[in-house]
Amino acid sequence: MSALSLSRPLRPRGTASRATPKSAAFGQIVLNEARLTWRRPVVLVAGVGAPVVLLVIFGELPSFHKATAALGGFTAFDLYVPILTVFSLAMLALLGLPLPLASYRELGVLRRLSTTPVPPSWLLTAQGIIQLGIALASLAIIFTISVTAFGAPVPKSPAGLTLALAISAVGLFPIGLTVAAVAKTANAASVIGRLAFFPLMFFAGLWLPRALMPNLLQDISNYTPLGAAVQAIQDSILQGFPPAAPLLVLAGYALVFAFLAKRFFRWE
Amino acid sequence: MAVPETTAISRQQITAASAVHRGPAQTAKQPARQPAQTAKQAARQPAQPTRPPAVEIARLRKAYGPLVAVDDVSLTVAEGEIFGILGPNGAGKTTTVECATGLRTPDAGTVRLLGLDPHADRDRVHEIVGVQLQAGALPAKLRVGEILTMYRSFYRDPADAGDLLEALGLAAAARRGDYYGSLSGGQKQRLSVALALIGRPRIAVLDEMTTGLDPRARRDAWALVEAIRDRGATIVLVTHFMEEAERLCDRVALIDRGRVAALDTPARLAAQARGGKTVRFVPSAPFDDRLLTELPEVARLDREGQQVVVTGTGELVNAVIMTLAAAGLTARGVQLDSSSLEDAFVRLTGQPVEGAIA
Repeated sequence: MSALSLSRPLRPRGTASRATPKSAAFGQIVLNEARLTWRRPVVLVAGVGAPVVLLVIFGELPSFHKATAALGGFTAFDLYVPILTVFSLAMLALLGLPLPLASYRELGVLRRLSTTPVPPSWLLTAQGIIQLGIALASLAIIFTISVTAFGAPVPKSPAGLTLALAISAVGLFPIGLTVAAVAKTANAASVIGRLAFFPLMFFAGLWLPRALMPNLLQDISNYTPLGAAVQAIQDSILQGFPPAAPLLVLAGYALVFAFLAKRFFRWE
Repeated sequence: MAVPETTAISRQQITAASAVHRGPAQTAKQPARQPAQTAKQAARQPAQPTRPPAVEIARLRKAYGPLVAVDDVSLTVAEGEIFGILGPNGAGKTTTVECATGLRTPDAGTVRLLGLDPHADRDRVHEIVGVQLQAGALPAKLRVGEILTMYRSFYRDPADAGDLLEALGLAAAARRGDYYGSLSGGQKQRLSVALALIGRPRIAVLDEMTTGLDPRARRDAWALVEAIRDRGATIVLVTHFMEEAERLCDRVALIDRGRVAALDTPARLAAQARGGKTVRFVPSAPFDDRLLTELPEVARLDREGQQVVVTGTGELVNAVIMTLAAAGLTARGVQLDSSSLEDAFVRLTGQPVEGAIA
């Protein structure tokens, strides 16, 4: 056999170097996860493409640029910027994160990984990093287009907006992890993710902005994760530092779903 | 299930044929291999008390609800050994190796890999043990090279990816940049073996390594297993190919209904299954029975019409042919029936080999 490295004698026991290239291994995992995301761009299309296309369509509609008293003196477009921001975050958290994880468990990728020195949790972390990276890119595109192309107001409180976006991500991603935890297959994860996405997006105001909702719906919306996220993001853009209530609601969802995900997640 | 082998008459050809013949009787193992120990001997006195055995499984038990997958399995694999685990479907082979590699927690019993507990010393065990699982796909949209490079980065002292791809016949697929999803079943299987070996493990556990491989790929995989054993690794091979076990394994454990039904060298297991082997031939001229019955290798001689049937042990064929030649006789239409590991399997488990192809 010409395979030199295969016939190279093994190092005597106990002399293996302690210096592990752990960061190199993690980098390789992130790299391959990024390749997979790029080569099967369902998540990119649904999580970035769809909200950006909607943003451009709404931006081209003249009626969306008329300030109305019913909308609190803002334009419909102003209100749809936070809604589409949350659309993107929710798509990435509810579908982008759980789909690959459920599929890896179904395929046995996580099980195979658990026979190597690398813990399977690294795959989960790598997916989290990828989804957050896509989210950052998506938010940058949405805010840039809305302000430069369609004259949306520059956020009143950049610090508040950063905080609102961060807490929204922290609140939504554990929900996706819980979906990955309870779904036995990638198909199940996809169904559960979608079933959660559309009603939650309703309360976020995708079909009827929160300002136009009857009081009861608005009250419910305040306590849903996407409703709270829209409220916090919208306030930081249009009014100033967001109030505590939506931030606390999101933090509450983060705690509950982080617990559920940890409790029910199975590696195989 | 005997293995009939028709050979030519001349002595040289007989010798050549018996060297090729993979029947257990020939025990075609290199003498350099470590002496095979029976399980009892190994348990009583390990070869070197200072060096723990590669694999030590004691009184392993694992049930899934009411289904007892592994009832009571104990076995010891010495370092540098190629150890086979055979058994019918559902006998508990896979559960045994899953418990042994820490993928499952046994209900009772202990497992030590080079003295390490697969759960307590998880990190160190995963560094030195490579596992190839029966099930387990990979993401379809990753290329062969990308997968192997990633797994290679997990280990401190990995093998060269190119060498491994070459040895497993995957170099072309890797060069073309084939996606995992476009590989054939056999290629996926070989990649799975590559991932188990990329960390240059001290112990490689290969579950149904050659299932789904064509004969040539199977032989390449065998050569690779022998190569990594020759550099000092220990191999635990779960298989249902008798030919594979006979060809590769130093010792074999037959597992049946969650217990070790037999544990010995393939040759000795086969010899136990039937009292030896049989040579049939037609002599060129009549001869006295005593010419052959006086040979120590020969147990009995029968005549069936023109055909002479000699039953015995050891180097039976050579002894018979050489004795005939010395008496100026030749043998035509020589057939060698030798009991095989498969006979032992059938006798000990009472059922035919699963999916037996050979």
